[in-house]
Amino acid sequence: MIKHVIALLLLIGLGAVFAGLMVGYTPDTVLNYTANYYAEQTASEVGAANIVTAIIVTYRGLDTLGEVTVLFLTAAIIALVLKRDRQPGFEAQHGWPPSGELLHTGSRLLVPLVLLLGVYVFVKGHLSPGGGFQGGAIVASSVLLMLLTDPLRRFSHRLIAVIESGSGLAYVGIGFIGLLLGGGFLDNRILPLGSLGDMFSAGAIPVIYSLIGLKVGAEFSSMMVNLSETEEQ
Amino acid sequence: MSPLLLTMSVLLAAAMIVAGIVTIRARTISIAILASGAVSLFASVMFLLLAAPDVAMTEAAIGSGLTTFLFFFVLGRIRSGNYD
Repeated sequence: MIKHVIALLLLIGLGAVFAGLMVGYTPDTVLNYTANYYAEQTASEVGAANIVTAIIVTYRGLDTLGEVTVLFLTAAIIALVLKRDRQPGFEAQHGWPPSGELLHTGSRLLVPLVLLLGVYVFVKGHLSPGGGFQGGAIVASSVLLMLLTDPLRRFSHRLIAVIESGSGLAYVGIGFIGLLLGGGFLDNRILPLGSLGDMFSAGAIPVIYSLIGLKVGAEFSSMMVNLSETEEQ
Repeated sequence: MSPLLLTMSVLLAAAMIVAGIVTIRARTISIAILASGAVSLFASVMFLLLAAPDVAMTEAAIGSGLTTFLFFFVLGRIRSGNYD
């Protein structure tokens, strides 16, 4: 009983806070100084049709490197914690319930499509909404769909690790090339900007975002695969 | 905000609240997982209405995609009777 009262009080408090925010909110009628700069200068400076991508990859590129590092640390810690319990050469052959005809046939159709959508999202990150993080998550969800269909499926840890660290190294490497050839770390103008809205435009942004997509996809996939293999003892 | 958008937003918010209540009230765990995935799905449509397609994609991919999959994955593990 007392639990319910506390939960109710907490809800009312939260509601009051949000109601206060809602009442005091007046939408801006003009863009503020920073937003105005991004809206006006992105097309000529960075050449990306998607301003959000221009901010994430170029203007705030260092922050994105930090985010990717945090994600990498998470994946590494999950692998470290779960690895302790795993014995090499231990092949689990428990009687899994079969995953069902619907899931099996459906995933055979869906996995390539989901994978393709993920790659499309991160390759076209500079033109359409989305980018490396979203695309990487979509790629990882196709890996999870495969695991869901067949829990005993084995993925190559070496391949995942090579994709993950290779794209991470290439990302930082492009950053340093920007330092040498362009205006600073992770400058995208090391490649020609092209015309706004083309597939090959916005300098190095498609390359960087594809690398981020591969890295994020590999990190999420390694989390799933580690989780799946440790549970099997 | 135009009246159509406003109506849709209110409907979506109501649907999110209903899905949230279903999540905590559901009799079986699978229904609860599905309903919590639905909350994320409605939230991502809401982000789309608020003109934030990038956030909407993240929410749809991670909130309603990966998390729901992961919950079902773990549920399947628990059901197969392999707990420590």
